[in-house]
Amino acid sequence: MDALVSQLFAGLSLGSVLLLAALGLALTFGQMGVINMAHGEFMMAGAYTAFVVQKVVADAGVSLLVSLVIGFLVGGLLGLLLEVTLISRMYHRPLDTLLVTFGVALVLQQLARDVFGAPNVDVRAPAWLSGAVQVLGVGVPRTRLFILALAVLAVVAMALALKLTPLGRRIRATVANRDLAETAGISTRATDRLTFFLGSGVAGVAGVALTLLGSIGPTLGTAYIVDAFLVVVVGGIGQLKGAVIAAFGLGLLQAGIEYSSTASIAKVLVFVIIVAFLQVRPQGLVAVRTRSLA
Amino acid sequence: MSALWSNERARLLVGIGAAGLLLFVVAPNVLSDFRLNLLAKFICLAMVAVGIGLAWGRGGMLTLGQGVFFGLGGYLMAMHLKLADAGPDGVPDFMLLYGDGTVPAWWEPMRSPVVTILAILLLPAGLAALLGLAVFKRRVRGAYFAILSQALAAAFVILLIGQQKVTGGTNGLNGFRSFFGFSLADPVNKEMLYYIAAGTLLVMVLTVRLIMRSRYGELLVAVRDQENRVRFLGYDPALVKVLAYTVAALFAAIGGALFAPVVGIISPADVGVVPSIAFLVGVAIGGRATLLGPVIGSLAVSWAETSLSERFPSFWTYFLGGLFILVVAFLPDGLATVGRLRLGRRSSSDEPAGPDTSDEPAPADDEHDEATATAGRTA
Amino acid sequence: MTTHPATPAPDEGAQVQLDPQALEAVIAAPGERFRHDYLEVRGLRVEFDGFVAVDGVDLTVTQGDLRFLIGPNGAGKTTIVDAITGLARCSGSVQFGRVELVGKPAHQIVRAGVGRTFQTASVFDELSVLQNLDIAAGSRRGLPTLLRRRRSVPEEVEQALETIGLTALADSPAGVLAHGQKQWLEIGMLLVQDAHLLLLDEPVAGMSHAEREQTGLLLQRIGEQRTVVVVEHDMEFLRTFASSVTVLHQGRVLSEGTVAQVQADPKVVEVYLGRGAGARGSATEVE
Repeated sequence: MDALVSQLFAGLSLGSVLLLAALGLALTFGQMGVINMAHGEFMMAGAYTAFVVQKVVADAGVSLLVSLVIGFLVGGLLGLLLEVTLISRMYHRPLDTLLVTFGVALVLQQLARDVFGAPNVDVRAPAWLSGAVQVLGVGVPRTRLFILALAVLAVVAMALALKLTPLGRRIRATVANRDLAETAGISTRATDRLTFFLGSGVAGVAGVALTLLGSIGPTLGTAYIVDAFLVVVVGGIGQLKGAVIAAFGLGLLQAGIEYSSTASIAKVLVFVIIVAFLQVRPQGLVAVRTRSLA
Repeated sequence: MSALWSNERARLLVGIGAAGLLLFVVAPNVLSDFRLNLLAKFICLAMVAVGIGLAWGRGGMLTLGQGVFFGLGGYLMAMHLKLADAGPDGVPDFMLLYGDGTVPAWWEPMRSPVVTILAILLLPAGLAALLGLAVFKRRVRGAYFAILSQALAAAFVILLIGQQKVTGGTNGLNGFRSFFGFSLADPVNKEMLYYIAAGTLLVMVLTVRLIMRSRYGELLVAVRDQENRVRFLGYDPALVKVLAYTVAALFAAIGGALFAPVVGIISPADVGVVPSIAFLVGVAIGGRATLLGPVIGSLAVSWAETSLSERFPSFWTYFLGGLFILVVAFLPDGLATVGRLRLGRRSSSDEPAGPDTSDEPAPADDEHDEATATAGRTA
Repeated sequence: MTTHPATPAPDEGAQVQLDPQALEAVIAAPGERFRHDYLEVRGLRVEFDGFVAVDGVDLTVTQGDLRFLIGPNGAGKTTIVDAITGLARCSGSVQFGRVELVGKPAHQIVRAGVGRTFQTASVFDELSVLQNLDIAAGSRRGLPTLLRRRRSVPEEVEQALETIGLTALADSPAGVLAHGQKQWLEIGMLLVQDAHLLLLDEPVAGMSHAEREQTGLLLQRIGEQRTVVVVEHDMEFLRTFASSVTVLHQGRVLSEGTVAQVQADPKVVEVYLGRGAGARGSATEVE
């Protein structure tokens, strides 16, 4: 029983990290079709933001909260810069965005290496996040619970923003029919920029959250980017709901298989399961059917 | 028609002759043993690029997981070399170090050179065919396919590192002493390896040339540009793509199989997510849809990496990243097309814009010339 | 209704490029092609996420018939073509030459002798006109043939080139063709792929008057030996060339018969009343 609960929490925790990493992608890849390989590096930038903020703000608790805000801005601005300079020229060739942003990722990684050094660095977690809480007889680290809460909060905030705010309506209109949205007086250019800002900002937040789980380095992003993309693919294009289910589903699956074998076997099995799953639902969990030939 | 044919044939012969002269006469005489071995390594990497040019440039499949097939080829070969070094019934050194000193059952077949070569030719290609059927039949394509292929590379590396006892873990497999009975310490045998690699690359390029000019090659481009239209002409696009993908996997596997003895090591660092994307750099820079672009691009990038990264490691990464960004964003057809930009502009401005132009009969001759020029460019 | 532009005769002659004589060689060569195939659609229903686009449509089109499908935007014309060709999932029954098509993958429906064109001419822009036709002609080729070069132009491709008047442009990339020429190329591709049921989605959209005339005559010739269904908005084109018409409205068959019968049908008049169906022709359908 204890083992089961502990695996369950391991899965939920992994799922929440995946969700944070994938949430921004659900916007930029899911809604806009841009494959941003630098998304992981935006997370890395968020993580280093936390590292820098802590140098300035001594109190670990305050610095974490400040970092979440600044990390969002840093990630968002990097995304905005990328959108304006490169991505905006390439909406008609989505596959090429993957390669261009991979180049950007290389440059950002090297930049981090040159500025902060190649070895990993640590960010102190605040005292109120140290230790564990007893849940159903199992000790769960407070940091993990914090990240879970943060992920849920981010999803809710984004869902509400998409549903209720004028920006959200504009994003949904642009995704549904770009030409029509433009005729209806929506500046799709501005919408694209804002979407990218938002999506990349969430990556920054995810990066700050990751500092709670361990030390950080220039290649932090590469560890998460592949899994994050898989979450969006399994979840289905353009659907937050799908991304949430996929993130926790994959997290639980990974933790579940790990329990009965090893982490590396689990990884391979999860991949096989995903390919098998796409046989059944090639459009992902939550699919919107359309009439178009393409 | 016959004049064109003989002309084309002449061009082909001249091309083969020039490449043969460069690879088999000039390079071995000009380069030191060390440099020649380095060139052999570049050639192995270029084999992967040739396959990517076919699958991605002609077939539109952005495969980010070629490292898997490269790695399978490399590890299969390495397993044989380790077992051969250990002697009959011997145990490879690293297994004594990390494991319990027994050879796992699935290693045993690789003691046979014949089985090893067959496995290198069949296993990775078979895996690609299976995977290709699974995803292409279900119309998983574009970005989805790219991400899946990348995930495959990630899973493969994690498996390699996790199973240290049987794969050597992060260190990979290394320290081969002989290659099918020839000592690798002898420079003459190293040179032989170079000749094998160069000859193989030449055969691969000629194979791709054949494919590109066949009816299948035309069909592949059609599938790349309008997959659904091809479906409504009675073809199954999945099968068309699977074939190109399988050929690409086969080339990558052979490249890996030669890479292991040439370099003396195959490790997860050669086959993971990042090296898998790095294979694409040369292809993108050289011109993804051209015949020679991928090869030349790949060789050039390898050469630049070796000469630059030794002296300025950090500069090299910026340079590589920047090159990637510039070429893909601004020269999507690669550097091979730079010289033809002017022509390209002219022909695209001549393109009839809409139904209006159809009312005036076009000067047929002019149009024809222009068109052949364009066709020649894409071929 | 469009008015005839007063085009001087010589000019007209210069534009006309189609060669219906060559058609005979493409579609009528082997005797076994004279099959008595007909399209039989029963209870066809297509649903998109709760929206019923086609609702219980019955349709019978026999060989030698040139059937036009008309109706206001959203009537389900293109959706019916999509359903028959396997692009849209549907329920009901579609039989051609007694072969059930519903549930088959698209490429096998094509191999059962069903060919179609698309609203926006879809040809392979980077390939030459000849290559386009050669690919269309080759879905039954085996791998050994595919892996060889094309040494000569297949007979049917040569004839099709003449039929659609593109012989001189055979080696040009299809991307440089004018709009009308692309649509002819599509018709040519249908001919060489040996389709016995031809479904054409707005084949004359954007064509000049003379080009329409030519296309219509060509379709009539094809219709004598094949089963042809045309989705079209152009009322004048329809009046000139249709041998029978099916009027669709909100996913159902509203009326069916000859042009005169349909025009006299009060239900049709009601649906089209004051709408100026001809004028609507220029409005593009929902993609």
